[in-house]
Amino acid sequence: MTQAVAIDPLLNDLAAQLKQHLSEHEIEAPLMIGIHSGGVWVAERLHQLLGLKDPLGHLDISFYRDDFSRIGMNPQVKPSHLPFNVDDRHIILVDDVLYTGRTIRAALNEIFDYGRPATVNLAVLIDRGGRELPIEANFSGIKMELASGENVKLKGPEPLSLHVAKKGSAE
Amino acid sequence: MIRRNIQLNEQGRLRHFLTIEGLKRQMLVDILDTAESLSGVTDQTVKKVPLLRGKTIVNLFFEASTRTRTTFELAAKRLSADVLNLNISASATKKGETLLDTLNNLQAMHCDMFVVRHADSGAAHFIANHVAPHISVINAGDGSHAHPTQAMLDMFTIRRHKGDFYPLSVAIVGDIMHSRVARSQIHALTTLGVTEVRVVGPKTLMPKDVESLGVHVFHSLDEGLRDVDVVIMLRLQNERMQGELLPSEHEYYQLYGLTNERLKLAKPDAIVMHPGPINRGVEIESSVADGSRSVILQQVTHGIAVRMAVMSTCLGSHADGGAA
Repeated sequence: MTQAVAIDPLLNDLAAQLKQHLSEHEIEAPLMIGIHSGGVWVAERLHQLLGLKDPLGHLDISFYRDDFSRIGMNPQVKPSHLPFNVDDRHIILVDDVLYTGRTIRAALNEIFDYGRPATVNLAVLIDRGGRELPIEANFSGIKMELASGENVKLKGPEPLSLHVAKKGSAE
Repeated sequence: MIRRNIQLNEQGRLRHFLTIEGLKRQMLVDILDTAESLSGVTDQTVKKVPLLRGKTIVNLFFEASTRTRTTFELAAKRLSADVLNLNISASATKKGETLLDTLNNLQAMHCDMFVVRHADSGAAHFIANHVAPHISVINAGDGSHAHPTQAMLDMFTIRRHKGDFYPLSVAIVGDIMHSRVARSQIHALTTLGVTEVRVVGPKTLMPKDVESLGVHVFHSLDEGLRDVDVVIMLRLQNERMQGELLPSEHEYYQLYGLTNERLKLAKPDAIVMHPGPINRGVEIESSVADGSRSVILQQVTHGIAVRMAVMSTCLGSHADGGAA
């Protein structure tokens, strides 16, 4: 059995949280970076909802993963593309699901190989618990407590839909 | 009985990269895709990724080659591997140490990959057959047999300029017989499914059975160039001039040198490639080599990303398959 969750209210809520943060901290031009692939879809929506001027950055963290010696090379890796200088800028890093925290660790390492941002904030659509590293989201659309045998997956890019299912079960 | 391809491990993943021959199209496409992603590393302020951190790669060069060794070294360093450069032309062999003794010594130093360049065909295969299971071997050119990373960087360059392979007609011009580059290019181009591969050169420099590789043979450069999308010029080795295979440099240039005038026979958007180092005025006119159609220096740049892709693919094949 899969369970569908409505996306738009979550995105609107996330955008509202970000707006408030940006105005409180007087950040006029943040840079947004989405993590491939679900994070990019969420970031595209947020980028639009916030009306950001700078282009959206894409990050594929495959070359920074901590499990290369376990799983090897993934030939489907996409190029990372940060079409701006990150030095001294305020960055909003976006992913779809925050779970162990390992992806975010890799993403932070990659961003710092492009320069030294002023701040990095993490926005995720779903925080599903289960952290293995000391990493937390600054903004999240929804918090879910999932058992380790359960999986939450964002499908997209158009339309976006969220599915919770037992690991290994068919769609 | 089916003999397993020595390049693949039991899971069918690419462990050694010795020749293009026998590799499936998807495997070549995966390498090109990975190289495309890795080429972005040079956009970073810190021009490296931590993928091969803690791995040790040995450039084992029994035959001198500055550019190939340099690009392998840079590729390894951009993947954060440690690199050891060994030129064995003189030292070990003079002291009577056998190749296997040299290998065993290097293995005892806990190396993970050998990049081998050797004047004898089959040297990289020989080494791959004798290394410990955790070690990968990359062929950086063996005799007149194969130079697969050169062929892959050429494929990468062609794909960047032309997109799809299948509508393309490609001419390879020069000393086909002694060229490991040509042999690897032919295998790569036919595996990737181009419409036509032409080999162009004098009869004395054309291998007898070359047509069995699926190419069309031309002895006239003008005919061979007509309407092609890609022209690949091969380096004419100086030592061939001394023998009886060729009359003189001057005459070779008259017959097989690529000039601006002759290039007009190819398609208007045809690109000109050369594996380097170029002999200006022998196989190619200087103004063609430096001209707007030449992608020779791009080939060098692409060589780094492609070698990064091959190294990480081969070392990634040792993955133990543990859960992500």
